[in-house]
Amino acid sequence: MNIRVSDPAAIEVRDLTVAYRDKPVLWDIDLTVPSGVLMAVVGPNGAGKTTFVKALLDLLKISAGRIRFFGSPYEACRQDIAYVPQRGSVDWDFPTSVLDVVMMGRYGQLGWIRRPGRRERERAREALRRVGMEDFAHRQIRQLSGGQQQRVFLARALVQDARIYLMDEPLQGVDAVTERAIIDLLRELRERGRTLLVVHHDLQTVTEYFDHVMLLNVRRIASGPVDEAFTPDNLRLAYGGRIAFLRSADAAGPSDAIAP
Amino acid sequence: MTQGEMEIQLLAVVVAAACALPGTFLVLRKMAMMSDAISHAILPGIVIAFFLTHNLNSPLLILAAAATGVLTVMLVELLMSTRLVREDAAIGLTFPVLFSIGIILIARFAGDVHLDTDAVLLGEPAFAPFDRLIVGGRDIGPRALYIMSAVGLANVAFITLFYKELKIATFDAGLAAALGFGPVLIHYGLMTFVSITAVAAFDAVGSILVVAMMVAPSAAAYLLTDRLRDMILLSVALGAASAVGGFQMARLFDVSIAGAMATASGLVFLAVWLGAPRYGILAGRQRRIRQKWEFAETMLAIHLFNHEGLPEADIEHRIGHLEEHLSWERDFARRVVRRAQSNGLVQRTNDEDEDDLLALTPQGRKAASEAIENL
Amino acid sequence: MEQLFSDYTLRMVALGSAVLGIVSGGLGTYAVLRGQSLLGDAISHAALPGIAIAFLLTGGKTPLALMIGAALAGWLATLWIMSVTGTTRIKYDSMLALTLSVFFGIGLVLLTYIRQRAGAAQAGLDTFLFGQASSLVRRDVVTMAVPGGAALLLMALFWKELKLLAFDPEFGRTLGLPMRRVDLFLTALLVVAIVIGLQTVGVVLMSAMIVAPAAAGRQWTDTLWKMVLLSAGFGAAAGVTGAVLSSTGTGLPTGPLIVLCMGVIMVLSLLFAPNRGLAARHLRARRSTGRFQLETVLLDLYALGMQHNDPLRPHPRGAVQAMRAKEVPVDRLLDRLEKDGLVRRAASGWALTDAGLRNVETLKEERT
Repeated sequence: MNIRVSDPAAIEVRDLTVAYRDKPVLWDIDLTVPSGVLMAVVGPNGAGKTTFVKALLDLLKISAGRIRFFGSPYEACRQDIAYVPQRGSVDWDFPTSVLDVVMMGRYGQLGWIRRPGRRERERAREALRRVGMEDFAHRQIRQLSGGQQQRVFLARALVQDARIYLMDEPLQGVDAVTERAIIDLLRELRERGRTLLVVHHDLQTVTEYFDHVMLLNVRRIASGPVDEAFTPDNLRLAYGGRIAFLRSADAAGPSDAIAP
Repeated sequence: MTQGEMEIQLLAVVVAAACALPGTFLVLRKMAMMSDAISHAILPGIVIAFFLTHNLNSPLLILAAAATGVLTVMLVELLMSTRLVREDAAIGLTFPVLFSIGIILIARFAGDVHLDTDAVLLGEPAFAPFDRLIVGGRDIGPRALYIMSAVGLANVAFITLFYKELKIATFDAGLAAALGFGPVLIHYGLMTFVSITAVAAFDAVGSILVVAMMVAPSAAAYLLTDRLRDMILLSVALGAASAVGGFQMARLFDVSIAGAMATASGLVFLAVWLGAPRYGILAGRQRRIRQKWEFAETMLAIHLFNHEGLPEADIEHRIGHLEEHLSWERDFARRVVRRAQSNGLVQRTNDEDEDDLLALTPQGRKAASEAIENL
Repeated sequence: MEQLFSDYTLRMVALGSAVLGIVSGGLGTYAVLRGQSLLGDAISHAALPGIAIAFLLTGGKTPLALMIGAALAGWLATLWIMSVTGTTRIKYDSMLALTLSVFFGIGLVLLTYIRQRAGAAQAGLDTFLFGQASSLVRRDVVTMAVPGGAALLLMALFWKELKLLAFDPEFGRTLGLPMRRVDLFLTALLVVAIVIGLQTVGVVLMSAMIVAPAAAGRQWTDTLWKMVLLSAGFGAAAGVTGAVLSSTGTGLPTGPLIVLCMGVIMVLSLLFAPNRGLAARHLRARRSTGRFQLETVLLDLYALGMQHNDPLRPHPRGAVQAMRAKEVPVDRLLDRLEKDGLVRRAASGWALTDAGLRNVETLKEERT
């Protein structure tokens, strides 16, 4: 463990424990996310996936443990980390436009009082173009479909120009075309050397979309490259008896998993 | 203590009890602000009924106020049904408008009749004993006491008769609807009783005290128990205690009785908030401290358990390493180890060495695997 | 109206009410958007003990001292609400109701204490309960305008931070902005808006000045700065109108009239605002039912034709009507479709045109 790798991992979690009142939500989690991977975080409902992401972002108090990004604590490299929250976490009836929401990604770098200017607007437009939403820049956000809302949140993370992206269910409730487009974008980010940690709910697409995976159910069940960690045994450990059957014939791992 | 003072206190206790009954459900149903809205919004109903009867004691006033109260609830729901404003905004819009209409009616037409806005908002229990109920030429006590008791009994009857329905509609509206209990009907029923209670009480104690008596004792009771029945009884008791305490305070300092009662209910809540055995903040703080230690011990056990027998155990099992990997301060880590040691969960290989290896005892191993099981 | 320019008193009352409307309308926007519409009610009631204590300490009725007292008490009340809801299972609404009534009760106790100590000298204190806009003088207007203007200026300066707080505070924290402190700051601004209104409209009605302009403004626009401007404008309009109306007769208190005007603006906005308004929504719904009926008749003609394997085959009007309930105005719909070139009159009734048939093809796709 003391062997120092020349390049520190993008995300290094040691013995992370989070509790709400009496109940532990995350227990003693160790995780290493190498730089430049696209990692899925999967686990049953209530496994603590969202809590895990929020703990990484210092959005809630952790009971114990240590988290490092490229070897430094969160405060030191906040600017390198972008966050895509769950779509349902905001009020989409808020009176603001798509472009405005995307520019919020630059507020951290702007500093107090200073208003976003032309440069911010340019970057926001560029990000919207990358998610295929440039025609919607001046749309009010309440007129967007679920998939479009998700893409706006992605664009907001893109303008942060981060090295690490933490995403909470970016594929939740989006149509097939959008899902495809989002996955292409995530891969493009990975090709450019970014590290992505994505909470994901659809076991069937894990092998297709991701190269790394963490199976989580309060404890870390397994993590690593998909073909090593995403095994029927590990899935059974993570989901308990709730996996009705697994098509074990697939060498790559299970592609059918049905909850009762 | 004079007879008048006795009567005022008795009246205050009855008001507190009558308010606490529907108040409990308002608090549980997250509609506490409806008490504020209704107690203000009934003003125009009272005024109009007063113009018709020229009698502040007419039962028509209670009916009119109850109707206005229900109208308020309907207006709020109508506004919400447009989906253009949220619930809190709908409440915040409705009652000031109705209250304004009431004030304008009073200012415009009531002249110097005995009905002024001060009395509505503030109330003065001290005047209650002067208005006697005379039956067959015999003075049988303050009229307000009888009205309030009747309303209180009506509340008791409502809650006893519909206890099951109220309980289900409060904790699971969907289930109530599925069982055919009509949560909407229950909702309006409850609001009707809130309105009746508010109008009966406003004359004696003012609308603000109505709010205090409906919410503060119930909120305090909510921190003391998890059972609905106990919560109702407790809020009646705490309300009565606030009423008596407030009256004594008012007599001592010669200040507003209604204000002192509201203050007393606030003090009761403050005391409960600080000292409640399970949900109070002091208890919470103590529990957190205790939990922190228990938690840390279990975590230590699990940490050792997870790495037991693995190549890295040599490193992971050193006390010095806990600081690094569990983010524990050196002192904290040492104290956790000492506690775990005295509880027989771990043992050290060499007590002299500052940074020796830790090992789980069989008991510690059992505790760790049980903790993991329980996740 | 003429009076407004000639009558000094009225001018001051109108000016004061306008200032109040602008400040509370502007800052109320955030309260409404954040679901804190009723916080204003709690703060305004909670201000009373602060006013009384400030009176006791300064021994006189200096408007500024009373305002500072009111602001401190309102601010404390908000902190107490936050800390109880943050540490226990007591819900936000319970804490609002509890705080407003208990603080108000403490205020009453202090007011009666002052009354018996100072006798008649405290006459002015009661105005805070119900407001007394008609007694506003130049000094009062200045005491309202300066802190109110400062609060609005601060809101403009920290525009983007406040917007982030209202829209997505958690994301704001990940950007490194201290959102909790921004929250306290915004609450402080709201307290200022409420405190400067107490003397004009009083404790009870103040919440309407916070909620109504913003709720009305929201209906007309989907842009935050326009919403702020609109609700400030609505607040000012209601303030001036209420002041003028109350000067037209005796027994017409200003505060309640301002609130009534605000209520009227609110109702009009809900009904007639473009896009969101109920009238616009109703029209849209009617238009879409109309289109739906037209499409249904087209599909019916097609279905009738297909019974004979000829989609363009004409059918008598009665056959088309027989497919639908009596209430469906088939004649009018057929006329309309003819005008659009989708159907034509034939000797034996009505038939689809080629354009009509193409239309049917796409409709069939849409409806499956």
